[in-house]
Amino acid sequence: MRHEFRLTVGPVGFRIGSDWREPLDRLAALYDGYPETALPDFTVRLFAQRPWRRFIRPSVMIGGDYMLPDAAPMALAHGLLAAEMGMNLQMALGQRRYLLLHASAAEKGGKAVLMTGASGAGKSTLSALLGERGWRLMGDEFALVDCETGLLHAFPRLVSLKNEAIALFEGQVDARRFGPKLSDTPKGTIRHMRPNDEAVAHMAEPVKPALLLFPRFGHEAAVRPMGAGEVFVRLTQASTNYVALGEAGFDALSSLVKTVPTRAIDYPDTETALRLVEQLWTESSL
Amino acid sequence: MNDASALVRALRDPASVKSLDSDGWTALVSIARAEQLAGSLAYQVQGLELPAAAVRLMADARRSAEHQRRQALWEAEMARRALGDLDVPVILLKGTAYVAAGLSAGIGRSIGDLDILVPRDALDAVERALIERGGWEWVKEDEYDDAYYRDHMHELPPLIHKERDRMIDVHHTILPRTAKPTPDAQALVADSVPMANGLHFLSPPDMICHAAAHLFADGDLAGGLRNLWDIDRLCRDFFTQPGFWETLGERAERHELAKPVGRALRLAETLYGTPVDGDVAGRARAGDGLYLRRLFARDGWGCETRKPLRFAFYLRSHWLRMPPLMLARHLFTKWRKA
Repeated sequence: MRHEFRLTVGPVGFRIGSDWREPLDRLAALYDGYPETALPDFTVRLFAQRPWRRFIRPSVMIGGDYMLPDAAPMALAHGLLAAEMGMNLQMALGQRRYLLLHASAAEKGGKAVLMTGASGAGKSTLSALLGERGWRLMGDEFALVDCETGLLHAFPRLVSLKNEAIALFEGQVDARRFGPKLSDTPKGTIRHMRPNDEAVAHMAEPVKPALLLFPRFGHEAAVRPMGAGEVFVRLTQASTNYVALGEAGFDALSSLVKTVPTRAIDYPDTETALRLVEQLWTESSL
Repeated sequence: MNDASALVRALRDPASVKSLDSDGWTALVSIARAEQLAGSLAYQVQGLELPAAAVRLMADARRSAEHQRRQALWEAEMARRALGDLDVPVILLKGTAYVAAGLSAGIGRSIGDLDILVPRDALDAVERALIERGGWEWVKEDEYDDAYYRDHMHELPPLIHKERDRMIDVHHTILPRTAKPTPDAQALVADSVPMANGLHFLSPPDMICHAAAHLFADGDLAGGLRNLWDIDRLCRDFFTQPGFWETLGERAERHELAKPVGRALRLAETLYGTPVDGDVAGRARAGDGLYLRRLFARDGWGCETRKPLRFAFYLRSHWLRMPPLMLARHLFTKWRKA
């Protein structure tokens, strides 16, 4: 690979190689201050499908230690997104040390709230907003549960703001924290945002999960309790490696479900959602 | 690091990894993952004093291999339940057979699809039972491909399980029917070894013949380092048994695979220091060096290198798989559909 960039996110080290300089320059700028790694956990490769595609209509293939057989190439202008997707792919296919939950997380007072749910439920946006309002953002996409201790490890990658969510942050946070606006991606318009300094400074500190929420956007405000069975099954669906971890994964998930209070919350707008989160957080800490 | 020799060295002489710096480890891990040998490597170096990050990565690889082992045995059990009362021998092949039989080749082995071999005249009944009772279904509904598999291949079109999303390949012999050598499929079945649960595995000499056939007579050498690692482990498990090499030589002749088996043994010896018998391995041939260059064609990023050589071996694999006229027709049909 012609160009290389290394970084550590939470407890996971990455080496990213690229045929082009540009995507790595963008990564380096946005991930400035993230620790290096000497022996990375995963390698990501961004490469041209054919040698001439480095220059002519350049398109980026995503590869690495773990690959999908029929991944489609992306425009070089979306190279930053390709790198992020490459890291996601390694985590989704190769992570075997932590139980990986497709969930966002934020910390306050040494304890964490976890938010999970279907795509579009708003977990990413809510965690990013919490991160700007006195909480420490632990991650907007993946949460890592330590199977031995039950603690939650942060994975504060760039926040991937999509479509309407972008406007919630533009003008509110330091412009230097934003990547370029990427339009016409498979998920619409995307803009990456660097977590704030507090999230980066404390990313190596795991904490106890204290509240688990299943948010749902587009409904009247409501809070529902959930049965342990439903919570368990939905978390197995939200995990990419639950089956692969075998008994250790089962034990970690069972203990999470048994010990962490859980609520489903419906919300019509983000301000209501944030109020509900704060309210449930206060109640759960009583 | 410009080729895969680092991985071969680490497998052959695990203590040698102690001299690796972190860049050496980084390359080794990527190459091992790309060659599907990370689990095997992780068990080879288990217990050595290694850098903390390497210890963690190797533990991850063992966890992953353990999962694949469990999943492979479960798939085998599912096939056994679907086929149990047909009264035909069901013979496990490759990785699943190694772990089920408790062989060294199974330690840390990455395992994908379930491969089984059944007698040819039982194929229809087996296929029907897998679909009607087992919950498997055809992967592709393409008439040409389907007919091609049934007329010319050594296996049924691949079946995938509806719920578990796992594939099963049902073989009736170990090489395509269009390939020049014709292995004695009846002998493979007749000499297979039953296990307590009723499933079988191939006799050890036949396992080696199968691995060699897969590598040289059929494949384009993709996964070759793993394949030869299997052969190395199999030889080490069995070579002290009296008459092992004679039997292997006889079986290779019988399956018309004496040349591939000989070459596999020579390459395994060169790479992994495998104990081999001179009569079965035969004398070194000029081509062996090309094979080694092809097998090592991977860089420290896990990327494939030596593209022209890789392509040459790819062409060769097709050439060996079918006669020229048929190859032309096949490629034309494929090209027209693409």
